[in-house]
Amino acid sequence: MAAISKVAKYKTTVKEPGIPGVLKMMEDVFTFTPHDPRSAMKLRVDFRNIKGHKFSKDGSKQALLNLTQDSEKGGGYIFEFSNFTERNDCRDFVGKVLGKFQALVSKQNDQPASEKSAVSLEQLSTIEMERRMKLLREDSELQKLHKELVIGNVLTESEFWATRKNLLDDDSDRTLKQRTGFKSAMLADIRPSTDGRTNKVTFSLTPEIIHQIFAEKPAVHRAFLNFVPSKMTEKDFWTKYCRAEYLHRTKNSVAAAAEAAEDEELAVFLKHDDILADEARRKIRRVDPTLDMEADLGDDYIHLPDHGILRDGSKETADSENDLARRTLAQDVNRHAAVVLEGRALDIELGDTRAVAEALARSKQESSADTLDENSNLERQERVSRMTEIEDLQAPHSLPYAPLCIKDPREYFDSQQVNALKALGSTGAGSKTIDYNLNTEEAYSYLMHQISEVKAQGLHNPIVQSEVACKVLSGLTQQISSTRYHLGKNPQESVLDRLPERTKDEIMLHWTSIQELLRHFWSSYPITTSYLYNKVLRLKSAMTDIYQKLKAIKDVQSDFRHQISLLVQPMLQALDAAFAHYDAEEHKHSKKNGAKPNGFVQ
Amino acid sequence: MNAASAPSKLYSDDVSLIVVLLDANPFFWASSAAAAGDSASSHHPTTTLPFSKLLNHVIPLLNSLLLLNQFNQVVLVATGVNSCGYIYDSGDGGGGSAGGSVPAICSEILRRLEEFVVKDRLQGKGPDKVVATGVSSLLSGSLSLALCYIQRVFRSRARHPQPRILCLQGSPDGPEQYVAVMNAIFSAQRSMIPIDSCVMGVQHSAFLQQASYITGGVYLKPQQLDGLFQYLSAVFATDLQSRNFLQLPKPAGVDFRASCFCHKKTIDMGYVCSVCLSIFCKHHKKCSTCGLVLIYANKFHSYSNSKRKPFKYDFCFFFYKPH
Repeated sequence: MAAISKVAKYKTTVKEPGIPGVLKMMEDVFTFTPHDPRSAMKLRVDFRNIKGHKFSKDGSKQALLNLTQDSEKGGGYIFEFSNFTERNDCRDFVGKVLGKFQALVSKQNDQPASEKSAVSLEQLSTIEMERRMKLLREDSELQKLHKELVIGNVLTESEFWATRKNLLDDDSDRTLKQRTGFKSAMLADIRPSTDGRTNKVTFSLTPEIIHQIFAEKPAVHRAFLNFVPSKMTEKDFWTKYCRAEYLHRTKNSVAAAAEAAEDEELAVFLKHDDILADEARRKIRRVDPTLDMEADLGDDYIHLPDHGILRDGSKETADSENDLARRTLAQDVNRHAAVVLEGRALDIELGDTRAVAEALARSKQESSADTLDENSNLERQERVSRMTEIEDLQAPHSLPYAPLCIKDPREYFDSQQVNALKALGSTGAGSKTIDYNLNTEEAYSYLMHQISEVKAQGLHNPIVQSEVACKVLSGLTQQISSTRYHLGKNPQESVLDRLPERTKDEIMLHWTSIQELLRHFWSSYPITTSYLYNKVLRLKSAMTDIYQKLKAIKDVQSDFRHQISLLVQPMLQALDAAFAHYDAEEHKHSKKNGAKPNGFVQ
Repeated sequence: MNAASAPSKLYSDDVSLIVVLLDANPFFWASSAAAAGDSASSHHPTTTLPFSKLLNHVIPLLNSLLLLNQFNQVVLVATGVNSCGYIYDSGDGGGGSAGGSVPAICSEILRRLEEFVVKDRLQGKGPDKVVATGVSSLLSGSLSLALCYIQRVFRSRARHPQPRILCLQGSPDGPEQYVAVMNAIFSAQRSMIPIDSCVMGVQHSAFLQQASYITGGVYLKPQQLDGLFQYLSAVFATDLQSRNFLQLPKPAGVDFRASCFCHKKTIDMGYVCSVCLSIFCKHHKKCSTCGLVLIYANKFHSYSNSKRKPFKYDFCFFFYKPH
């Protein structure tokens, strides 16, 4: 690994301006030499003291790289670079160096710890190493876990990665990236911009938009292939196209007609798109004959607010006298949707318009060859014949309703009526405060009496008594303000978010390490080899450490004590279960092996 | 623009269609009056309200709803024990000069209410009367009437008002109506009609709590019943548009318990048929709704305590354990 040197600013905290200088990285050490020879900020640090590195996201405000020392002590070396590429060079370099150190450390640790040398001394290819390092770099949580468990000598490197094979595998597949399709925004959204002072209208076309135009408007595509570059330049072509678009947009049909008469190339853009029409006709022929759009008509949402569209095209009268196209909004929307769904089949770079147009033409030919498939036509015909109703073979259509399918109505209604009455009799009579043992007659006459009372006396005046009203309003205000900030009512709010940042991080870290340790712990049973036995011993001591730490967190007096203990409790329980299992196994074993002193011999 | 487009300026946002469901359960009102009479001198003057006082609060509310916007429409539906019926529709009177004045509205409401009570009593006396079907009002019936009315309005004009339903409920829930009420609630939810509820009885109403929760209405159980008009005008008179900007009372919790299909009891935990989702409070050999014969008794899945899930499907049963 060669050394690299970059111009950077060294700072001790992110906020300070920093000292400009040169950062030089070598295989096991990095140095920083300030531009100002008087500055005392000369650095020479061994990479062995660096435990990790952090960096700001590409495209964020500053290109930062933070080489952290021990996490307990905090602090580190922060460098700011002038751009991200330089930063990334250094970052990758540091990543490699640190990865190498970590591998070395864990290997050294492994050798004495395990007797089965085959497991720990597994030779790793450099690709494998790099992949692991990359994963660690990308996932800070994984890195923390790795640091704690592998460097903390609880798990070996290979044990740690054994459960993460899928991560390593996935990584290789991920290179096959998903292709981006067309944007779902419509072309209509590309509005011409006017500068307000002159009459100039500016359209801006990007290769992306051009590709979309080709895909959505086959006539323009064909025209481009025919005209460019034999008849006109590409620029002229697009100017003409934009002019036609503008005429269409302003709905100035007279002007459009006039222009079209003068300029036959421009007329192409304004006429009906015959390729589209052809395609539409073909599609209509392919529509499933069983489709019945009228059946869905009753299921309308039109009467609900925010449904339906303002411009549905029904009010736009078609100008039938001239043959210039009056594309309706619905047509545009449908065409756009179809193209977006078809997706983009081109693998070509979008830079060269001509190449794009030709590639598109090729892919269209292929797909149209597909659609002419005889099979699909046959299948369609078959379906038509199956769906065709032959009247005298049909059952009578006069079924007026679909009967509700309750298997035995008597059982459903009658038996339950009795049950219901019984239930009511028992609960209704014993109902807490109101006694319903009233004569029906009495009850009704009471109600009639009340109504006639109102009739005779008329409504009270005034309706609102100020004292009562005041009581009511203050009661309401109190109720509203008390329920408003009620804890836990908001499902999006997590308990963790209310804890102090430090406690939250601590709990999260412990949680992830406990999960990892427990997974390894339980997978080690039943213990069949001394290697597993040693592993369990190591795991147990690590878990005991965390157990103590968790207890400490739980016992800290703070406002959040209750919530923290609720969070920590399940973790402790999980650990307790593991310890209990360990003790039980140990007990069983010592019994079995009787006097044998140090227990485990194969 | 011009005069032709003037009507479209009537934004339906401001116009409300309010269907008020008035509990006219004679048993409830008479017995609560009797209870109040017993403890007349005691220190609980505000827990019960005689029916005449209720009318004194409700009729002014209807008037003030009509005054809020001249295009507002108010429909009053009475919920009886044996039947339900339309009492008053502000859209009916129309342009007539007599229809507008307040005393006329009041006397019409009272007249129709009397007719309704008489009819309700006769229906109870009918030859096929069921012995005291119970003391609960037919909430499901009046909810359905209200929903049907609103659907008719939706279909009759292009520009529809913002509909909502206000339940003024006194009598306790009838668990035997559970399925019907829930169906009404879900259809209200689908048509986006909020159900407001104001409970004047002693207990909270689980039906109305769920109704308001599911449809996004307001549930309120007033403490000071003699100030009912104040509650009604402060909380329930606000139209849907204004509610976006207001802080209205929220219930502290909702009782999501369901009624079983077999005994119509409210239950915390029960058995659900795996085919038709009928709910039962105990094991059955056969589902009484769809006739599914259970070879293994444990084919009924027992659900418990799945509380406070968002309502994702049109018809769900959630069993809720209060504590």
